[in-house]
Amino acid sequence: MPLSPSEPLIRARGLVKTFGDFTAVDGIDVDVHPGESFGFLGPNGAGKSSTMRMIGCVSPPTGGSLRILGMDPGTQGPAIRARLGVVPQRDSLDEELTVEENIWVYGRYFGLPRPVVRERAAELLEFAQLSERARSVVEPLSGGMKRRLTIARALVNTPQILLLDEPTTGLDPQARHVLWDRLFRLKREGVTLVLTTHYMDEAEQLCDRLVVMDHGRIVAEGSPRALIAEHSTREVLELRFDTHDHTAHLADVDGIADRVEVLPDRLLLYTPDGESAQSEIARRGIEPLSSLVRRSTLEDVFLHLTGRTLVD
Amino acid sequence: MASDLEVTTDRAQRLAGGGWQAVAVHWLRKYRRVWVSTLITSSLSPLLYLAGMGIGLGMLVDRGAGGVGGVPYVVFVAPGLLAASTLQVAAGETTFSVLGSIKWTPIYHGMLATPLRVRDVVLGQLVYVLLRVTSAAIVFFVIAAALGTVRSWWGLLAVPVSVLGGMAFASCCFAYSANLRNDQGIMLMFRFVVMPMSLFSGTFFPIEQLPGWLQPVAWVTPLWHAVEACRALVLGTATVGGVLVHCAYLAVWLVGGYLLSVRVLRGRMVV
Ligand SMILES: Nc1ncnc2c1ncn2[C@@H]1O[C@H](COP(=O)(O)OP(=O)(O)OP(=O)(O)O)[C@@H](O)[C@H]1O
Ligand SMILES: [Mg+2]
Repeated sequence: MPLSPSEPLIRARGLVKTFGDFTAVDGIDVDVHPGESFGFLGPNGAGKSSTMRMIGCVSPPTGGSLRILGMDPGTQGPAIRARLGVVPQRDSLDEELTVEENIWVYGRYFGLPRPVVRERAAELLEFAQLSERARSVVEPLSGGMKRRLTIARALVNTPQILLLDEPTTGLDPQARHVLWDRLFRLKREGVTLVLTTHYMDEAEQLCDRLVVMDHGRIVAEGSPRALIAEHSTREVLELRFDTHDHTAHLADVDGIADRVEVLPDRLLLYTPDGESAQSEIARRGIEPLSSLVRRSTLEDVFLHLTGRTLVD
Repeated sequence: MASDLEVTTDRAQRLAGGGWQAVAVHWLRKYRRVWVSTLITSSLSPLLYLAGMGIGLGMLVDRGAGGVGGVPYVVFVAPGLLAASTLQVAAGETTFSVLGSIKWTPIYHGMLATPLRVRDVVLGQLVYVLLRVTSAAIVFFVIAAALGTVRSWWGLLAVPVSVLGGMAFASCCFAYSANLRNDQGIMLMFRFVVMPMSLFSGTFFPIEQLPGWLQPVAWVTPLWHAVEACRALVLGTATVGGVLVHCAYLAVWLVGGYLLSVRVLRGRMVV
């Protein structure tokens, strides 16, 4: 195998993707190490999917260098793809076939012999909690079930790296938790996960390390905790006022927090100690509609770095 | 079991995947869900065509003109219908399914995320279409033969020739469909290419009946070559050279269409 032990599984340097005049990915550097769970966090259009498709060797980079499993996607695409599992943003299941047939035909794409594929399919459906639906046609299944099937299918070749592009977008909270649980198990088994999301809670739950992307660039990198420590305070006090423009209340809270962000519907006060900030508000006789202390999240990091919220 | 899997996975990686065979297997599996209904259609339509065109219209033609080129009209038209209906089945299998696999149920995206290459995707589907079209041609031929329209043992070769004609067109249909943005283009193609071609390529009447300027147009179409070769074989008037020339022409379409399909699909999918 051409991969030396010290080399990361995925290594991108100055990676660029353009579509015509438009630059979707603007020179990013990424290293993903074995067993790691790595995330791309960013809003719509940040270039997450474009990056994932380059890593998945289905989209040729426009510039920069990219190596995956020590190989060059340009010349060794099939050999790389043989060892990847891909969960694309949009499910690419064959909706006319049954759940198990989808895994069977997919296993054959990897050249796995029939008996192996059958056995593997049974295990994977068990893992994805779909055994009871094995013989159902895919088309009428719920979004969560289709997503779990897509993940099960992506594991048929026992991939070294699993690429997940927005694995839980559009699912209800319960379905998301089921999926997270499955992904945790894979992580424990040592599968390297690379995922994109625009949900900060998902990134916090699943990622050991992540990059925050915006407009095709990486604006921050680190573990969720390190990013929060570096770019935000420990706590946040959220204040809502009965007003159309929260800027009007900026003067009221002057000096209370390290930093204040104004959102259309609330003020965010960044402070190491939310409770004392809250008492200071009360002492000044300010009466917001609501006042809430919470821990800082990646959302705050993103807001701080880009001046915008992740999900609008 | 785990180690078994690793060994086989390893072998698969060296072979870089299941190749076009895996794609053909996928399409055959899809076909399994609908084969009963297609079998019924592919036996009913030759019966209806041969009964309506051959026997009904044939009575008029035979009474008025004493057949076509010395044979009863039904005997004249049967090989033409064989070639035309085979081509229509081939076109039907490379239009909606191609566009749909790009846009509606994006199964090509699934395929190309694996070791499969674009050429495997195209070739595998065309091999499936080949099997599908061959079975339809066999059904048609058996029915036509049972109605006594086959005059020579050479006629058996009309089956592979009509299949070649169908595939020659299907490979180009694939390229065309892979380039479409919506299904409007498919309707247009059936209305303005498949229909006129079926009517004016010697299927129902010799192209000598066409205005002079239209005859060269008929010569260009793959269907005319398939019809001519099939008819000569079924009537027992074929010459080896003649059939080979028609087949060679169709083979050029087939290979050209395949290469074009790979190119178009790559341009569409690998961006
Ligand atoms: N094939 C394409 N042709 C032209 N532009 C494209 C193409 N694919 C992506 N883009 C553009 O590139 C930009 C980045 O798209 P990308 O899909 O990578 O973003 P994303 O971060 O995945 O967003 P989302 O959260 O909405 O999925 C977008 O502005 C998109 O319109
Ligand atoms: Mg995306």
